[in-house]
Amino acid sequence: MKKTLMTLAMATVAVGLTGCGEPESKGVDPKIYTDSLFAVMKADRTNYTKLVVKRLGPAGANVIKPDEHWKDIDNGTLLPAQMFRAGAEAVAEMTDDFTYSLQSIWPINSQNAPKTDMEKKGLEYIAANPGENFYGEEKLGDTTYFTAVYPDVAVSDACTSCHNDHKDSPKSDFQLGEVMGGVVIRVPL
Amino acid sequence: MTLAIAGYFSFVLLKAEDKSELLIGEASHGHFQIELACSSCHTDAFGGGEVIQSACVDCHGDDLALAHDSHPRKKFTDPRNADLLEVIDARQCVSCHTEHQKEQTHPMGVTLPEDYCYHCHQDIGESRLSHQGLAFDSCASAGCHNYHDNRALYEDFLVENSGQPWLQVVARLADSNHAANQAPTRLPVQIADSQVQRQQHDTITGQWLLSAHGRAGVDCAGCHTQGSDMDQAEWLEKPGLAQCQSCHALETRGYLDGKHGMKLAAGFSAVTPQDSTLQFQSQALHEPQGCTSCHGAHDFDTQNAAVGACLSCHDDEHSRAFLNSPHGRLAQAAIDGSKPWAEAVTCATCHMPRMTHKNPGLNFAAATPGNLSLEKTVDGGASLGEGHEATENAVISVVHNQNLTLRPNEKMIRPVCMSCHSLEFAIDALADETLIRNNFSGNPKQHIESVDWAVKRVKH
Repeated sequence: MKKTLMTLAMATVAVGLTGCGEPESKGVDPKIYTDSLFAVMKADRTNYTKLVVKRLGPAGANVIKPDEHWKDIDNGTLLPAQMFRAGAEAVAEMTDDFTYSLQSIWPINSQNAPKTDMEKKGLEYIAANPGENFYGEEKLGDTTYFTAVYPDVAVSDACTSCHNDHKDSPKSDFQLGEVMGGVVIRVPL
Repeated sequence: MTLAIAGYFSFVLLKAEDKSELLIGEASHGHFQIELACSSCHTDAFGGGEVIQSACVDCHGDDLALAHDSHPRKKFTDPRNADLLEVIDARQCVSCHTEHQKEQTHPMGVTLPEDYCYHCHQDIGESRLSHQGLAFDSCASAGCHNYHDNRALYEDFLVENSGQPWLQVVARLADSNHAANQAPTRLPVQIADSQVQRQQHDTITGQWLLSAHGRAGVDCAGCHTQGSDMDQAEWLEKPGLAQCQSCHALETRGYLDGKHGMKLAAGFSAVTPQDSTLQFQSQALHEPQGCTSCHGAHDFDTQNAAVGACLSCHDDEHSRAFLNSPHGRLAQAAIDGSKPWAEAVTCATCHMPRMTHKNPGLNFAAATPGNLSLEKTVDGGASLGEGHEATENAVISVVHNQNLTLRPNEKMIRPVCMSCHSLEFAIDALADETLIRNNFSGNPKQHIESVDWAVKRVKH
């Protein structure tokens, strides 16, 4: 009898302790999370393109030289796409909670073409549906990701002229305001 | 029996100075000098791959940054590369550079089969018609690409530097001024009077008077003292690296990073030629290497250090061919005074070039006698190969890490070869192994088409 009572008491304590945990957190909806991240990325990307490259580059004060090989030239600075990638790489060194990249179905650098089925589907969707985003889930390696694709729009003639004139660009008639590619944000689930 | 074996290896692991029993295989040519300094790479007995990766970056990270690494780890951490990483995990240095497998280590310390580029770039022929049908293992073995360092090989650079005459005006070496600019302004005061020392050593005093030290007023006390208190410095009969370092901080750092000093830097006795598998003069085999091995103890003759000192040890085909090569004849003309020394092309011109620091306000790590450690200072304004264009305020030092421009040999193109030669000629010459062996006596027997292809693509 004593043993039964002891067991019952211990079980009660165990159940009680289990119940004392923090209330289950719902967390942030992945869509709201990636939408928020994209808002910051888009703001920074637009500002760098307009307020730095356009204003201080060859089309403005001409005191900096945006160039793919910016490290190799005096007063060289990163192209907007490189600036974006530098941010993504710096984030990757700080956290595994999300990753992001800039891609296009008309990439200058073929490494920035879509690779996964979800990337291809998403980039084609945002190109065909201006103003809309794309969301889905995909499994890469042994991890499932929430993947969001957002349109990357030409915000300055610095974007269109550079891409239209580049020897490696598969498209040479980009217009201001047109979707040139997409920002792919992934969150491991 | 088991306990005895475990006890023996525990002793070797934890206490014994000689840890050769623990080696699982010979180290590569890059690491053989420090293969018994286990903790240089295995910094934590309980860590995983990240421990080794961190050790790789600690030693090689600065060089890779200087090389504008084309394939940094950060390019592969995005999960979209998961399928590629299943073939080659390019996030880890050891995926391509596995140690202790000397028998299957290729040049550059690579232990992968030579088709490693193919796995990610197999479709290159679709966007580069010139690349269609090229051998799958020819990307990095034909003078066109390197995995890490493509500063002299990227397309825009090829186009920008195309069409130049093979030989241009011979560059003039800028004088190294780093020590003069950065040395401590106050020298130690020794107990023994320098005057007395000079009177006792006539020959040495004569050598010293003709040296840069003599001209700069750095007398006996400048080197032959130890202790942190400059007013109470003690006489030191045999100055070492620490004394040189107190004024020549950058040179010392490069020396410790390179093949001549890396063993010393790992806490062992100095390397001797017999430690290496290269060919050396027999009389030099047992000579421990230090600053005075090349510079002399009192004359500090940098001209001898640039040629004679090298050839007094190195005895391979390339070294033996030097004096009769076109470069060697320029060196000899400078040695006999028929040409200015600034136009000499010596061993050091190519293997220990000058580094220009554009930022004269460099924060060199304070170096004190007795302190061998030298904090690594990443100098964002440092560049190689601009010694001949040095500005008035530039600080110039001699790169004492000969590996910085040696392997892969295309590293030498911009800081060295292009000072006098065209890019196309340099690429061709460095891809010609016979020409390297005879120390560039003659013309390249093959032409690397990378510049032609790059120019053609731009024109179309």
